[in-house]
Formats: sequence, structure tokens, C-alpha cells
Amino acid sequence: MTWEYAPAPESAAIANLKPSYRMFVDGEFVEGAGEPLKSVNPATEEVLAEVSTASAADVDRAVKAARRAHDKTWGRMPGAERAKYIYRIARMVAERARELAVLESLDNGKPIKEARDTDVPTAAAHFFYHAGWADKLDYAGLGPDPRPLGVAGQVIPWNFPLLMASWKIAPALACGNTVVLKPAETTPLTALVLAEIIQQAELPPGVVNIIPGAGDVGAELVNHPGVNKVAFTGSTEVGKVIQSALAGTGKKLTLELGGKAANIVFDDAPLDQAVEGIVNGIFFNQGHVCCAGSRLLLQESIAEEFLAKLHARVSTLRVGDPLDKNTDVGAINSRDQLTKIQDLVASGEQEGAERWSSPCPLPDKGFYFAPTVFANVTQSMRIAREEIFGPVLSVLTFRTPAEALAKANNTPYGLSAGVWTEKGSRILWMADRLRAGVVWANTFNRFDPTAPFGGYQESGFGREGGRAGLEAYLDV
Amino acid sequence: MSDRVTVSKTYKLYLGGAFPRSESGRTYPVTDGKGRFLANAAQASRKDLREAVVAARGAFGKWSGATAYNRGQVLYRVAELLEGRREQFADEVAAGEGVPAKRAQALVDAAVDRWVWYAGWTDKIATVLGAANPVAGPYFSFSVPEPTGVVGVLAPQRSSLLGLVSVLAPVLAVGATAVVVTSQDRPLPAITLSEVLATSDVPGGVVNLLTGHTAELAPWLASHADVNALDLTGAPPELRVDLEKSAAGTVKRVLRVPTTEPDWTDRPDIARLRALVETKTVWHPMGV
Repeated sequence: MTWEYAPAPESAAIANLKPSYRMFVDGEFVEGAGEPLKSVNPATEEVLAEVSTASAADVDRAVKAARRAHDKTWGRMPGAERAKYIYRIARMVAERARELAVLESLDNGKPIKEARDTDVPTAAAHFFYHAGWADKLDYAGLGPDPRPLGVAGQVIPWNFPLLMASWKIAPALACGNTVVLKPAETTPLTALVLAEIIQQAELPPGVVNIIPGAGDVGAELVNHPGVNKVAFTGSTEVGKVIQSALAGTGKKLTLELGGKAANIVFDDAPLDQAVEGIVNGIFFNQGHVCCAGSRLLLQESIAEEFLAKLHARVSTLRVGDPLDKNTDVGAINSRDQLTKIQDLVASGEQEGAERWSSPCPLPDKGFYFAPTVFANVTQSMRIAREEIFGPVLSVLTFRTPAEALAKANNTPYGLSAGVWTEKGSRILWMADRLRAGVVWANTFNRFDPTAPFGGYQESGFGREGGRAGLEAYLDV
Repeated sequence: MSDRVTVSKTYKLYLGGAFPRSESGRTYPVTDGKGRFLANAAQASRKDLREAVVAARGAFGKWSGATAYNRGQVLYRVAELLEGRREQFADEVAAGEGVPAKRAQALVDAAVDRWVWYAGWTDKIATVLGAANPVAGPYFSFSVPEPTGVVGVLAPQRSSLLGLVSVLAPVLAVGATAVVVTSQDRPLPAITLSEVLATSDVPGGVVNLLTGHTAELAPWLASHADVNALDLTGAPPELRVDLEKSAAGTVKRVLRVPTTEPDWTDRPDIARLRALVETKTVWHPMGV
């Protein structure tokens, strides 16, 4: 059955898009000396805005501004006062939630309903949560005299631009550090609106600096000798480069890297509910999620039935205009990413997996990829081992819980995992043995500032959120 | 003074619960503080090290899966047996470290107490570092610290027993397993400690102790893909940066340790326990 929908587009005008954006250093918006970049709307391939980028000298200026702010104001300020500034940010993000959601959807390509219901509210929640910690760090149980580290250099990815900025900035500020943050090259806009909010919230100049640019700016930042702490979210490949570059510097490092999460469905699971969870696990945010449930492990006895239900459900996903409130799957963030997805999908076909793609219509313009499910996948195939970071699900089967566990853990990653079963003792048995930083049982992709998030093994180290997340920004 | 000729000990490796010689057949002479010969120690090879990692990985499931109460009892048992061999350890520490007998005795006592301290931590780590997360939704969410896996340890070079125990006991306390490269020039107390471990219910493979040349073994430990964390306390200073770079190849957790050996008699804190655990967050919906 086909459901007809009238278009329900959100107005792009709400984003208050400006023709050009500048970097934010020492409390002011200034031109960077780097080559300006053009941020593209991946849904239309049209240029949204021109954004100035940082040169090496700009990075140095930003780090020095952050150092001054740390030494003179922020690092010495009583926690209770810092808290109020961070609360202001939380409130102002919430006040401008709709504008930020539309801008995020335009710049990133994600469906407006996700930007509206997940990215922006969770970003505001992160500031609100961490604000409260600023004057309570003595109670965090991390040591008798928790002190800030100094200047934090932070590099974030393009999949949740505003949310990742808030995950990075909020705990850093709460712990008394100052920040130089580099947003992703393809999605710098919401971070610069956040800078506007930070300016309006009257944070002392230099406490937060935001310097757009490509990987070279990120490298300049993390290698700057004035940086005391580096936090990176992105690919495992780049994470290794950063960890190696920081060897011997004594800089404190936390990494949130890639994943290849197993989502495990047992034969006693409520199948329809599990189908919803599997769909959310891999097609949320076009699969541009480090913790995406990209490997579906089905118990053999239900595999056929489940796959049929899954195909039926995925066929109903609406792929298209990210600003349409009915859209389930938006645009792939960039042409580069689309090419990478296409390459890996081709490898899956070549290696003998059975491809099924949703017959949904795709827009003529923009970067889109139809939701795809591979059956008969074996563990040695690239699509079972490598992070695709797109709307592509690899399906494997198992017979016993022990086999499910062995297959789930058979990866150098370890960010997340999912378990679907009605049996409580089995959930806890699996949760205990899965080597992953987050285990979602009978649910998937839940995030909250109170719940620590982060990886095992090559998915990185350090946590974001909760009491555990504070350690990343404290000298303890 | 008896005329009896003493029976001297052959010092071997401790690997997978057994005491093999190095597969390479190599040994090196160990001397006391004044350069007098004490014994020959096995000079472990790359292959010994790789076998030690296999043993440590093999032991991880059972040890990490043991109850915290059980691990606490096992660690306490180590303290009991160490206490019973105080004199022997004091003699070895005095000879190896060149310290007076009284000082050596104090160091051994501190090492015993350190086992007791960490024994008590096994069933408190989750309480202190874990959490019930008050998430904004109908979910039960909790976070627990779990052992990071196999830990590669370059043991302190100077403090041959207390230093070793101070870096090894926290690994065992969290439920991780260890591949330890002992002090190169002062390895004898470590091997005698392995005799204590072997008889105190620490399962074989949980601790593996390799004597030998640190600079030869360290790069293989730092780059080994099945090692999850690395403690560079006893690393040769000139190799440290390269070892950290190697560790990045598989995103190992590299412990933040001082570049010069600390005073191991200082009161310990939980920094090492924190560094050796991974926080796992579990979510489940609530509903009827």
C-alpha cells in the first residue's frame, strides 16, 4: 500500500541564512586569513553561504585568546558564576531552537524532524546539564581537588554539527577550561550561530573560539603547543593520526571514533517493535552515526520472516527534501561521502552479498542514497567490517547466544550494540559480555547528557556525558 | 654458620601459569647493587611476549567474569602468601635494590599492604565509578566500569617489588589481565612474586611476567593489536614517544604516568583503577 503525502515543508527562511559567516575569536567575529569555504546544501547542491576559515596564524591567535581567558577570567571564576553563563547558553539555544533546527537541516541534509526533535533539544540539554556541574565538581568523585586542564582544542564531525559542539563545549566550560573548536568543513554554520549565542550570553572574550576550516586547521589546532587538552570526534583513521601526533606531548586526549555496531535480534523478540528499532538504528540521520546499528544479527529461525518485515517497513521510508516534515531519510552530507557509500556497496555486491534497496523515488538533484539492506553477509566482507557511515545495513545470522556474542564482538571497534529479546536475564547476560561502550536493549540510539557515551577499543577512549564525562576535562 | 652448600634457584619466565625458560634459550646475568653476580634471568624474546599476550587474552574472560568478591579474595590471598615470605622478599629487595635490610623490610611490608588495599577495591569500583543515569525519558539507564582487557605493563625499573605491585595490583583489581615486562636490572623479586601468584588462586595467564631487555620487548608490546592498554612507567625515556606512537596504531589507552619514577610509598589513589576501566552504559525502556 502506498501512502500519499502532501508536502509539508518547513520554511528555509526561518534559518536566517546569511550570505557569509566569519570565525569567532576572542569574543569577536573576524575574517580568517584562510581560503574561504563554501558550505553546500547537500539536498540541492547549492551554495548556502561562504565561510571564512582560519590560517595557522589565526589558530595561534585563537589559542592565545583562550589561554588569556583561562588565566585571567574563566579558570579563576567561581563555579557558581560559570554555571550561570552556561545556563544562559542552554536557554538561548532553546529559544532559537527552530532557527537552529532549520539551519542544521539545510547545512547537513538531515531530516528536519530529526534536527528539531533530537539535535537541537539534546544540545540545549547538554548545556543545561553541565551548567549544574560547574560548582559541584568536588562531588564528582574524581579526586579531592579537581582543576581545569587549561585550553581545550576540539575537533568535531559533520553528522551532528550543533550537538557535537555542545557535547564538547559544555563539559569543557563547566570544568573551567576554555575552548578552541573547529567545526567540520561541510557543516560550519550552526556552530557559528552558537558563537553568536555565546557572544549574546556575554561570556568573557576568548572563553570560546570557533574556527572553521578543513583538516589542516584541525591538525594545526591539536598540535598547537598552547593546547592542554584535545578532544576529537571523527573517524578512527584520523583519531589514530591525532593520538600518534600527540605522543610525548602530555596533552590529555579523548577520542570518539568509528563503530560497526551489532544489533542482535533473538527469536523471542517482539518482531514489529524490533523492526522499528533496527530501522532507527541504521537509517537515523542517513546512517551518518558512529554508533549506528550497521550489522544486524538475526537468529536463524526468524531470519526470513524478519527480513520480509524489514523490507516492507524500509520501503515506506520517505527519502527526500530534508526540510519536509514527512521526510524520514534526508540527503547524504557530501558528494565525497556518497562516493564512499557507493564504493562500499559495490564491494558488497562483488563479494557476493545479496543487495536489496528500497524502491523509493529519489530527488533529481542533491546527494541521495536509497536505504539498502544486504542479506547473506559473511564476517569477512568489507560491508561487515568497515564503517559505511550511510544508510546501508548488513545482515548476518546466528544460532546461539554465544555465537551472536562472538560475531558481535568480532570487530576492532566497540562503540555500541543492540539486543532485542523479551528475556530479561538474556539481556543482562549479553549486555555484560558485549564489548561496547553503550548497549541498547529493546531500544536504540538513545542519548542523554546524564548517560556516559564513548567507545571500547578502536572506537576511542574517554566518555562524554554523565559524571564519567567530566574526567576528560579535569586534572585529576 | 652451616657448611652446607645452598640450593640456588633458576629464575624463569612466568607465562600462562607455567614457568618456562625463554624459547630463545637466552639468559642474562643479574647483579646486586655492587655488581656482584646474583643469578641468571631468562631473556624473553618477541615470541615469548606474543605468547604472553595470547595467555593474557585467554585468561581475560574468566578473570573479568569472576565475581568482584572472588577477585578480592584472590588478591587478599596474594597478600597473605607474600606476608608469609617476607624474609625471602626482603633479602631479594635488599640485594637487588642495594638498600639496607630494614628499608627492604619496610618496602616488602608496603607491598603486602598494597595488595590488601587493592583487594578491598574489587567490589567497590563499580559503586564509586558507576552510576544510575537519570535520563529524560522512560528508560532505565545505568553505567558500569568494566576492565579494559589485556594491559601491557613496563614495570618500574627501580622499585623491583613495591613498584611492581603498585602497577600490577590495580590491573588485577579491575578484572583485567597483564603482560608485564619486569625491571630489567632488578627482575628477581618479580619472578619470586610469580611463585606467590601461582599458589594464590590467581588463574594462570592472568599475570604474565617477562624478564629481559625492556628496549627489546617494549616496541612489540606497544604495537601488539591484542593489547588494550599500555603502562609506560618503566619505559626507557628515549623510547617513550615512539612507544606512544606505536600504541596509537590500535588506539590503546596509554596511562598518564610520570616520566620519572614516583615514590611508591606514597598513599595510592584510584587514578590507575580509573584508567584501566571502560564505562559501559546500558539502556532499557520502562513500560508495562
